[in-house]
Amino acid sequence: MRTMESENIIEMLHITKEFPGIIANDDITLQLRRGEIHALLGENGAGKSTLMSVLFGLYQPEKGIIKKNGREVEIRDPNDATALGIGMVHQHFKLIEVFTVLDNIILGAETTKMGFLQKKEARAKVEALSERYGLKVDLDARVEDITVGMQQRVEILKMLYRDNEILIFDEPTAVLTPQEIDELMATMREFAKEGKSILFISHKLNEIMAVSDRVTVLRKGKYIGTVDAKDTDKQSLSNMMVGRPVQLEVTKQPAQPGAPVLEVRDLCVPSRSHKKNAVDHVSFQVRAGEILCIAGIDGNGQTELVHGLTGLEKSSGGAVTLCGEDISHASIKHRGRNMSHIPEDRHKHGLVLDFTLEQNLVLQRFNERPFQKHGFIDGGAVRAYAQQLIEKYDVRSGQGPVTTARSMSGGNQQKAIIAREVDREKSLIVAVQPTRGLDVGAIEYIHSQLVAERDRGRAVLLVSLELDEVMSLSDRILVMYEGEIVGELDPKQTTVQELGLYMAGAKRMDREGKEEKGA
Amino acid sequence: MKDQGRTLLQKDGTKTVLASLLSIAIGLLVGSVLVLVVGLFSGNLGLSSAWEGIRLIMFGILSTGRNAAGGLSWGFNPQSIGNMLFRATPLILTGLSVSVAFKTGLFNIGAPGQYLMGTMATLTIALGIPASALPGPLIWLLAFLGGMAAGALWGCIPGLVKALLNINEVLACIMTNWIAASLVTWFFDATKVFQNTVENTKSSYVYKTAYGRTLVDGTWTYVDGSGVQTAKLGLDKLFPGSQVNGGILVAILIAIGVYILMTKTTLGYQLKACGSNRHAARYAGVNDKRNIVLSMAIAGALSGAGAALYYLAGNTEFYWQTYQSLPATGFNGIPVALLAANHPIGVIFTGCFMSMLNIVGLQLTSLTAYNEYITDVIISVIVYLSAFSLLIKMLLSARRKDEPAAMPDSPAEDESAQSAPAEKGGEQA
Repeated sequence: MRTMESENIIEMLHITKEFPGIIANDDITLQLRRGEIHALLGENGAGKSTLMSVLFGLYQPEKGIIKKNGREVEIRDPNDATALGIGMVHQHFKLIEVFTVLDNIILGAETTKMGFLQKKEARAKVEALSERYGLKVDLDARVEDITVGMQQRVEILKMLYRDNEILIFDEPTAVLTPQEIDELMATMREFAKEGKSILFISHKLNEIMAVSDRVTVLRKGKYIGTVDAKDTDKQSLSNMMVGRPVQLEVTKQPAQPGAPVLEVRDLCVPSRSHKKNAVDHVSFQVRAGEILCIAGIDGNGQTELVHGLTGLEKSSGGAVTLCGEDISHASIKHRGRNMSHIPEDRHKHGLVLDFTLEQNLVLQRFNERPFQKHGFIDGGAVRAYAQQLIEKYDVRSGQGPVTTARSMSGGNQQKAIIAREVDREKSLIVAVQPTRGLDVGAIEYIHSQLVAERDRGRAVLLVSLELDEVMSLSDRILVMYEGEIVGELDPKQTTVQELGLYMAGAKRMDREGKEEKGA
Repeated sequence: MKDQGRTLLQKDGTKTVLASLLSIAIGLLVGSVLVLVVGLFSGNLGLSSAWEGIRLIMFGILSTGRNAAGGLSWGFNPQSIGNMLFRATPLILTGLSVSVAFKTGLFNIGAPGQYLMGTMATLTIALGIPASALPGPLIWLLAFLGGMAAGALWGCIPGLVKALLNINEVLACIMTNWIAASLVTWFFDATKVFQNTVENTKSSYVYKTAYGRTLVDGTWTYVDGSGVQTAKLGLDKLFPGSQVNGGILVAILIAIGVYILMTKTTLGYQLKACGSNRHAARYAGVNDKRNIVLSMAIAGALSGAGAALYYLAGNTEFYWQTYQSLPATGFNGIPVALLAANHPIGVIFTGCFMSMLNIVGLQLTSLTAYNEYITDVIISVIVYLSAFSLLIKMLLSARRKDEPAAMPDSPAEDESAQSAPAEKGGEQA
């Protein structure tokens, strides 16, 4: 006999999942109601992804059961999950880069007639879905050519195409711009309104407060509690998550700026994708003892500006002076003498993932003494130095200095980069989105490190897309829009709204710093 | 105790060795099955011959022929083992060549071309310098270094093309292979100087290096025994009747040198950093373009050294054809490197193993009615499987796939960690 349709569409009861040496999920119960957005909150390593992998059939739990509509089900692999209407957008998208968007969406669920693909029908269905939810995609573009935001829409369409009613989003906003995040939130609300149920993994409190109905908090594999979003606030959620009171705001003394360390005059960097300059006659200074923040929406030339400064890209005009020395045409290595750089893409530029932690910690310095003697690497010196950094900066990993960088968590990878860059003790620190994808605890730590470096008299150039970070961390804000600096703001006197107007190009200042009307 | 065994099994190196051994075992097994099938369906063989064949495939290196009763006899066979070491010498070096390139993210399929260029330079120097002009050992050294240099130069070409124009090194390597083949043919054909005219039965053969360029009655001729050959270093006493010489020791020393270079020096660190993540290396101030060229040059030099050691033996000779084929020694460097999982010390053993199969093939031919091509099948199966050894390694890991590396909470990362070698494997295959 079928039981009455229960309120909970999915119940995960007393799930325990062990890995050798660690209990990733310890007796966790999660109940997802029909039509709700349920956030799963926890730090890196809290067991969120493991729990969702259990639900999606990637892992089998040692204990506990899963029920759908009150009936116990067994999910042995993702096919079972799909059959039950469970879909998942992974943090790292599972798309085939050289396939078109449409091919990616229908892959694995193709409609065929006598073995031939029926792409027309599929196209019609995808187009209808994309229309209905405002998920704009170019069906004939190759995945490798489209933006990360669009790739995510492709992943969402994949779930919709399979008529999934339970949608799992694993850290969906980590890779998105603020605008795309807003769009995603709207889409998620739309789904919930239609009766789809959403599980949303995140450690960003703003988003969770903005979009979710209920929040389940995990900490170190244990269930901490489930609360209604409207009955709680960011501070108490973060305390639940971290297990201690967390400083959400950055505390810092007023800056004591000294002499200019970095001077940029009329710098131009050509764009790779179009003929215009990606960085167009940009001039500014960063002084010792201040944090200067470049704010702006992603893709307005910040990446190219940093590449121009660090030498990854050749500039096409202008001059860069660092510590009184013209480095406009200097090599990357030469620039590194006075500059350390926390790169935007830690996997591409920051780390050699197949190297060990200790090898990564001396990535720029392996040629210096004491790490190098007569062309040989002094393993003992490297080990000692790595151990010292690991301790000082609290970099956690499975096997200490010999851990492969790839197997470390994102937060600890970033900590390793920060340890390496900060410890080189250079006059200028260029930090690009240093907290992207990290949890509250790690963000707190990284912010305090940057402030400490500032207070030690270093110049910090911060590039960030996160408005909160811009407002709380910087001493001065420059806004970049379409490759130009359109405004200089004082974080103490401006508001997020005003900042947003400059970022969107609705407002701009002239060279004297006066506001121009209707740019 | 049990814990210890477990951690040993979990070790990456252990898995790699297991995967390679498994490839070898399957290769030998397939060979045995083939021997059995051929034996059963062939009129002049039969079950007992098949059984002999199988035993020879497994233990042929220890075969000492037939005893008085007509059965196979076994024991230490110095000739076989000596010849195995002799044939392993160039294989170890081309294997090192391929593995150095692999370690730095490059696929050196150009080893045959580099080997040919090394051959040409070595022979030209060894046969070109009059035996009376310089002491023999010096000529030997010059010829050896010349072979290395020629290989290095030839390796540089795909390296440069890759570094400066971003053209895939595999394409460039394949093209330079055939250019080398034609160049070498043309060179020996056109010069005629080094053509062996003493032994009338041979055409298109170059003199063995044991022949020295000597002035006899006002004309330059080649006299047997006045040339150069690699010193035996007592190995001929150890393995009497075999072709072995000091070259194997040189190859082992070079392998150790490569190991030290890749693991202990800043140069090796740079090369590997560029190979694993060119962007991060560049960002850290490493000159990635220079390193690509350098790594191909080192790879080329190693192949060239292989050719030099082979042809300087004194008893080996090079012959050319109008349509020169590429030397198998060059290509066999690929399975040698793959089976050793690109470990320079491992290459010594896998190189010996591959040459052992050769010897086994010869034993099979001389002792039974089988022909040696059976061992070619075994070699092909092993080559095929060695490309899969990464896959086998993954399967070995997959038995405990619930066991994540270090961060149990990030399955996505674990997956990428596992799929990365798979992608690499695909590229290599």
